[in-house]
Amino acid sequence: MKEAGVKAWVPSLLRLALVVLLIAFVSNPGWFEPLLKPLTESNAPAIYNQGSLLTLTLLHLRTVLIATVAATTVAVALAILVTRPAGVEFLPLSRSLVNIGQTFPPVAVLALAVPAVGFGEKPTLIALFLYGLLPIFENALTGLTTLPANVVEAARGAGMTGWQRLVKVELPLSAPIILGGIRLSVVISLATATIGSTVAARTLGEVIIAGLLSNNLAFVLQGGLIVAALAVLIYDGLSAIERYTARRMGQETA
Amino acid sequence: MIEIEGITKRYDATTVVDDVSMVIEPRTIAVIVGTSGSGKTTLLRMINRLVEPTAGVIRLDGADNRSLPGYELRRSIGYAIQGHGLFPHRTVAQNIATVPVLLGWDAARIKRRVDELMTLYQLDPQAFGPRYPHELSGGQQQRVGVARALAAEPNVLLMDEPFGALDPIIRNKAQEDLLAIQKRFGTTIILVTHDMEEAVHMGDKIAVMDAGKLVQYAKPAEILAKPASAFVETLVGASEKPFRLLSLGRVRDAVETGTAEGEAIPGDASQRDALAELLWSGRPALPVKGADGKPLGRVTVDGLVKRAASPA
Amino acid sequence: MTIRFDKLGVVIAAIVAYAAFAAPFATFRANRIVPGEARSILEALPAMLGPLLLAVIVVAAVVALLKTPLILRLAASVVALAALALLIGVAGSFLTPEGNSFARISPASGFWLLIFAFTLLLADVLTRLNLSPWARIGVLVVAAAAIGMLLVSGSWNSLSILKEYANRADSFWAEGSKHVTLALGSLAAAVIAGLPLGILCHRVEKLRAGVLNVLNIIQTIPSIALFGLLIAPLGWVATHVPGAASLGIRGIGTAPAFVALFLYSLLPVVANTVVGLAGVPRAANDAARGMGMTDRQRLFGVEFPLAFPVILTGIRIVLVQNIGLATIAALIGGGGFGVFVFQGVGQTAMDLVLLGAVPTVALAFAAAIILDAVIEMTSTRRPEAQPA
Ligand SMILES: Nc1ncnc2c1ncn2[C@@H]1O[C@H](COP(=O)(O)OP(=O)(O)OP(=O)(O)O)[C@@H](O)[C@H]1O
Ligand SMILES: [Mg+2]
Repeated sequence: MKEAGVKAWVPSLLRLALVVLLIAFVSNPGWFEPLLKPLTESNAPAIYNQGSLLTLTLLHLRTVLIATVAATTVAVALAILVTRPAGVEFLPLSRSLVNIGQTFPPVAVLALAVPAVGFGEKPTLIALFLYGLLPIFENALTGLTTLPANVVEAARGAGMTGWQRLVKVELPLSAPIILGGIRLSVVISLATATIGSTVAARTLGEVIIAGLLSNNLAFVLQGGLIVAALAVLIYDGLSAIERYTARRMGQETA
Repeated sequence: MIEIEGITKRYDATTVVDDVSMVIEPRTIAVIVGTSGSGKTTLLRMINRLVEPTAGVIRLDGADNRSLPGYELRRSIGYAIQGHGLFPHRTVAQNIATVPVLLGWDAARIKRRVDELMTLYQLDPQAFGPRYPHELSGGQQQRVGVARALAAEPNVLLMDEPFGALDPIIRNKAQEDLLAIQKRFGTTIILVTHDMEEAVHMGDKIAVMDAGKLVQYAKPAEILAKPASAFVETLVGASEKPFRLLSLGRVRDAVETGTAEGEAIPGDASQRDALAELLWSGRPALPVKGADGKPLGRVTVDGLVKRAASPA
Repeated sequence: MTIRFDKLGVVIAAIVAYAAFAAPFATFRANRIVPGEARSILEALPAMLGPLLLAVIVVAAVVALLKTPLILRLAASVVALAALALLIGVAGSFLTPEGNSFARISPASGFWLLIFAFTLLLADVLTRLNLSPWARIGVLVVAAAAIGMLLVSGSWNSLSILKEYANRADSFWAEGSKHVTLALGSLAAAVIAGLPLGILCHRVEKLRAGVLNVLNIIQTIPSIALFGLLIAPLGWVATHVPGAASLGIRGIGTAPAFVALFLYSLLPVVANTVVGLAGVPRAANDAARGMGMTDRQRLFGVEFPLAFPVILTGIRIVLVQNIGLATIAALIGGGGFGVFVFQGVGQTAMDLVLLGAVPTVALAFAAAIILDAVIEMTSTRRPEAQPA
C-alpha cells in the first residue's frame, strides 16, 4: 500500500522538478554553463548569446498560442457548421479535405506561405494555423457526430432549441475529444514553430539553427530540450484537463 | 385531452405508423403495448413532434400541436426517454432542472421543485443532487429520468418504457409512485411498455399496436375478455388471462357474507393476491377487513374462480 | 421548373468568379528574383484561347453551381482542370519573349485558385461516388500518368518551375531518390524494430507504459534539434567504430537524418501494434487457445491478421510524416527535396521552393491514397475486425 502511494507521487514530483528546472534554465541560463561547456569546441559559448532564452521562449509560446486559438476557433466553427442540417452536405467533403490536408508537410506549408506574406512570424503563424486546424477539426467532428443519440434526443424532448442543444449539450459532451485534438495540435505546433526560424520567425528554433550553423552542440541541445520540456508539460496539463472533464461524465479515457 | 386523428408516419416506402386514431381522456393513463418495432415510440414522439407525421393531426386540449414551435411545445410536455438519456455532464439536480431552467423559472423555485421531486423519489437532495449520473445505479438513473420529465409540472407526460431496467421490487415501487403522482396532479400520461402486467396494472385504457396499426384500444378488462384479434390474444397471453382479470379487481368487490378463520386480508388488495393466498395456505375462505380494520366479510376460492372465468 | 443551387457549388462559383476575372492568371518576371507583373487570362493567352478558357471555366462553374448529375460534374471538373493544365503551359510560351532565357513565367494566384476550386469539385464528386479502393488507386494512376505526359511532352517547359528543374535536373533526381530512400528506409527500419517491440509491449504489461512514454517524449523533441543532436554521436561512431565509416555513417549527412526519422517512426508503429493487438476480440483469442494453438500460432494465425488494419494505419501515419520530415534533413546536409526548399527560401526564389515542395506534397499525397486504399481492402475483408 505504502509503496503504491509513494509511486503515485513520482510523476507529480518529476513534473514539478521539470517546471522548476525549465524556469531556472530560461531565466538564468548562466548557472548551467558548466554542464553544457563540454559539448562545445574551441571555446565557443555554451549558452545562446544572440538573444535572451526567456524572450525567445515567450515568443515561441506566443506564436503557438495565437495559432492554436485561431485554429481552435475556426476548426470548431467548421465542425459545428458541417454537423448542422444546413451544412451536412459538406460533411463528406470536409472529411476528405482533412485527410488530404494532413498529407501536406509543415515545411512545405511554411515555405509556400513566404511568397504570400513575406518572412518573419506571419508564415509561421499560417503554417501552424493550417497544420493545427486538422487534428482539432477531426476530433471536433468525431465528438459532434458520435454523441449518444439518447442524450441528444432527451435534449430535444426537453424543448431545447438547436442553439441551446449545441451550447448546453453537444459541445460540453464533445469537450474531452475536442481537447484531445487541441493537445495534439499544440504539441505539433510547438515542434513545428522551431522550423519557423528558417524563415526568420523569432522562436526557439533560432537557438537550434544557430547551433547547426556554428556546429555548436550546446545550442542545439538547449533549444531542443526547452521545446521538448514545454511540450511534455503542456501535453501533461492538457491531458489532465481532458481526463477531468471526461471523468466527470463517467467516460473512459485512454 | 389528447386527440390523435388519422396519424401516419412513413419513412421512404415503409409505413411505421399507419392511420392511428385514438382519444386519451384528461387525467387518465393510456398504455401502449405491442411487439418491438411496431411503432410505439414513433407514435409517442409524434405527440411532442420529435417526429413530424406524414399525415394526420394531433390535438392537445383542442389545439393542434403544430400551432406552437416544436421546442415550446416540448417544454410543456414531459418526456421520459427510452433508456433515461440523462445528460452525463450535468449533475442530478441540474438534469432535473433542465426544463424549468429553459422556462426561466427563478432559482429558488427551481431548487424547491428539484428537492421536492428528489424527495418524492427517495433520493436525498443533499447526497444525490450534486452527483453525476454515472455515479448512480441503473434504477436511480431511471428515477431521475422520470423526475426530470415531471419537473415543470406538465399536464401531459410521455413515457417510453420508463421502468425497463428496474428490478421487480423497485419497479413495483416506481409504478405505485407514478400512480400516486398522477392522482395528485391529474397528469395525463401515455406510457409505452413491453410488460402486459404493467399495462393491465397502470392503464385506464390499453392500446395494442401491431406493425404500425392500432389493433385495439379499450379498457384492460375488455382487452383481456374480448381480444380483437388472435394477435392481441397472444400478446395478452392466453394462459395468464384469468389471473390478469383477477388482478384488475379489488377484494372489496368480491366479498361474500360470512366469516372465516385466520389473518384478514385488506379490502384494497387485488383479487389475484387473495386467490394466491388462499391456494398457498390451502384454505377455502379468507376474512376481509376494511381500511378501518373492521371485518367486511370473506372471500372464497369458489367465488374468485367464478370471477376469473370469461365474462362473455 | 425551379432552379436549385448546390451549396458547395455556390462556394466554387464564387472562387471561380474572383479567380477568373479579378485575380492574375500568370506572373511575368524579367529574371528569376525581381518582383513580377500580373497577367490576366486574356492577357496571358493568344487571341482565341483566352476567351475559350474563360468559356470553359464559366460553363464548368455553372455546372457546379446548379444541382446537376454527378457524371456531369465529374466531366466539368476534369475538363476544366485539363484546360487549365494545358493552357498555363501555352501562357508560358506565349508570354516568354522570343529567345529570352532570363524571363520567368509562373502561375499566379488566379490560376492556383481555379485549380483549387475545380479540385474541390472533383474531390466532392469522388467522395460522393464512394469509390472502391482499387478505383481510387486507378484515379491516382490516371492523374499521375496525365501529369507525367504533360511533363514529358514539354508543354510546361516554359514555366519557371521547370526552368529551375532544367537547371538542376541531375541533382533533382539525386535528391529525390535520397528523399525516398530516407523516408522508406527509416520506415522499414521502424517496422522491423517496432513490430516486435509492440508485441513485447502487448505481452508484457510492465514494459508498456515505460516504452510508450519514452517514444512519446522523443516525438516532442523538435525535428531540427533531434537531427542536430544525432550529429555528434554518429560522428563519434564514424571515427571510433571500425568499418562504420565505410558503411556510410558520418556525423553529418544522411545518417543522423535516417536515425532521427527512425526514432520518430517508432511511436506510431509500436502504439498501433499495441492498440491493434489489444483490440483482438477476447472470444477469438479464447477460441484459438481452446483449439490448442500455441502462443506462436495464435500470434501469427489469429492476433496478427486481426490487428493488421490498425498496424497499417500506424504505417500510413509514419510514411506520410516521414516524407514531410525528410525535407528537414537538408538542414544537416542529409539531402532530399528539402535542399531545394531551403535554397529557395535562402535566395527568395519561390520557383525553387516549389521545385522542392511540390514533389514532396505529391509523394505524401500519393502515399496516403495508396495506403488508405490498402487499409480499406484489408479491413473490409474482415468486417468483424472493425471496431464498432
Ligand atoms: N428515423 C427512422 N428512419 C427509418 N425507420 C425508422 C426510423 N425510426 C424508426 N424507424 C422504424 O420504425 C419502426 C418502428 O420503430 P419504433 O421505434 O416506433 O418501434 P417501437 O415499437 O418503439 O419498438 P421497441 O419496442 O423496440 O422500442 C422500426 O421498424 C424502426 O426501424
Ligand atoms: Mg421504442
